[in-house]
Amino acid sequence: MISANLSAIFYLVSGVLFILALRGLSSPETSRQGNLFGILGMFIAVTVTFLSVGNFSSGFIFVLVFILIGGSIGAFIAYKIPMTAMPELVAGFHSLVGLAAVFVAISAFLNPEAFNLGKPGNIKLGSLIEMSIGAAVGAITFSGSIIAFLKLQGIMSGSPITFKGQHPLNAIILVSIVILIYLLCSTQSSNLFWILLAVSFLIGFLLIIPIGGADMPVVISMLNSYSGWAAAGIGFTLENTALIITGALVGSSGAILSYIMCKGMNRSFFNVILGGFGATEDNSGATKKEQRPVKSGNADDAAFLMKNASSVIIVPGYGMAVAQAQHALREMVDTLKKNDIKVSYAIHPVAGRMPGHMNVLLAEANVPYDEVFELEEINNDFANADVAFVIGANDVTNPVAKTDPQSPIYGMPVLDVEKCKSVLFVKRSLSPGYAGIDNDLFYKENTLMLFADAKKMTEDITKNL
Amino acid sequence: MEIDPLIFRLSIFILSIFVGYYVVWSVTPSLHTPLMSVTNAISSVIIVGAIIAGLSGNSESIFNTSSVFGFIAIALAAINIFGGFLVTQRMLAMYKKKKKDK
Repeated sequence: MISANLSAIFYLVSGVLFILALRGLSSPETSRQGNLFGILGMFIAVTVTFLSVGNFSSGFIFVLVFILIGGSIGAFIAYKIPMTAMPELVAGFHSLVGLAAVFVAISAFLNPEAFNLGKPGNIKLGSLIEMSIGAAVGAITFSGSIIAFLKLQGIMSGSPITFKGQHPLNAIILVSIVILIYLLCSTQSSNLFWILLAVSFLIGFLLIIPIGGADMPVVISMLNSYSGWAAAGIGFTLENTALIITGALVGSSGAILSYIMCKGMNRSFFNVILGGFGATEDNSGATKKEQRPVKSGNADDAAFLMKNASSVIIVPGYGMAVAQAQHALREMVDTLKKNDIKVSYAIHPVAGRMPGHMNVLLAEANVPYDEVFELEEINNDFANADVAFVIGANDVTNPVAKTDPQSPIYGMPVLDVEKCKSVLFVKRSLSPGYAGIDNDLFYKENTLMLFADAKKMTEDITKNL
Repeated sequence: MEIDPLIFRLSIFILSIFVGYYVVWSVTPSLHTPLMSVTNAISSVIIVGAIIAGLSGNSESIFNTSSVFGFIAIALAAINIFGGFLVTQRMLAMYKKKKKDK
């Protein structure tokens, strides 16, 4: 058994290692080392906890058994999961953090003596407040992430589910959570504790159902943030520095990512959270659908255009992930490069279903990361490029965002694809993108539509090059 | 008068939010997905609470209501720790620079 002071110092060390783990991610070269810092920090935290409890009885064996069970499941998932399923995986993992926070809070509530928090029915006030906040946020994280997971996995429809009185209902529930926490702290009643958990599960569920599929980058980041605040809440209860530091880090990390994603869509955070985007626009988009001429081509035409180009910019989007076209795309680019054509990739902040989704997929397909550029870095280059190859992206290239103040996506930063000499647009049909609006790019003089599955089309182009 | 230890914890918390803010802004956008998976893994340090809960039973009764919740939480957090770090490692291993001569 080691002293409380010594273990507190070790927890501080692991907190610092976690900071270094995130710091490593500032560049791909340092990131792998950063991850090792994270693992070391976790190892220290777990070991110190064993030593400070100092109870190496038979219970200890069970702890190891459960770590082993969870660990093998986790390791198995980590090795098996395809990179395209990363958003689902992260959403699923968030739900586990949330649920673990809830369970720790329940244990602490039922047996506060083990945590030095007082006696059942007479828990220290401060601890009870922290515990109930941690439990409530954890519960919201859990049910919210489950819904996000189901939507991403396609088990649940990605379209927003809205009903009358949704916002007032949510507001009432949120207020009731605050009241419940207040009552729980003044009465210490265990019934109120269970009701608080049930209501928090419910609100997590209700908060996420009105949010549509393409807003998932914001939702995942937000739930990431919540899981951090839940951990911090439990950290205060357990008076554990490692947990408090980590909670704060994760909480602010998720909040920043949500901010970046919202900015990428030019929408306010509340606009996304209140949801329903895309549901109403669908109708207006359908009514004004006019038949405009488009030029469509085949793989042969596309190959001809690219062969005669000197620089090509690839614009990948969610459709590429759906079609699993990243490897075929890399092969096409390899062929282009052999013909001395300069190729770079342009990534919009909200391309895909989570922050950085496209970058991971391209990295998986062995695309060197120094050929991949963010919107601000590459947007000026479109004017000098010969061909833009848009694969699976749509709304993020729509020039309407710059020209039509009436458009729902007006003001959203978009890739200036239309400035290229010619645009190749791989898409299965002319149907509008997620925002439910027509893309003007389809009808431009210099646009050639390639109607096909993204993977098949890319393979065909490679053959024709 | 002594200062409540809560104030110290609150100070750590607030300062960590600031550290997190600056550190996360310096993360390159191309690594945002690994950032999410690694924050996921480290937030599972909540396992320390689960371990305390799991070990709270005495030698006669290892399993009581409180410790059972602890044990389940240990398994959940362990999935996240192993899954989160390993998947991050797997992703980061894929980020390669352009080969100089080909």
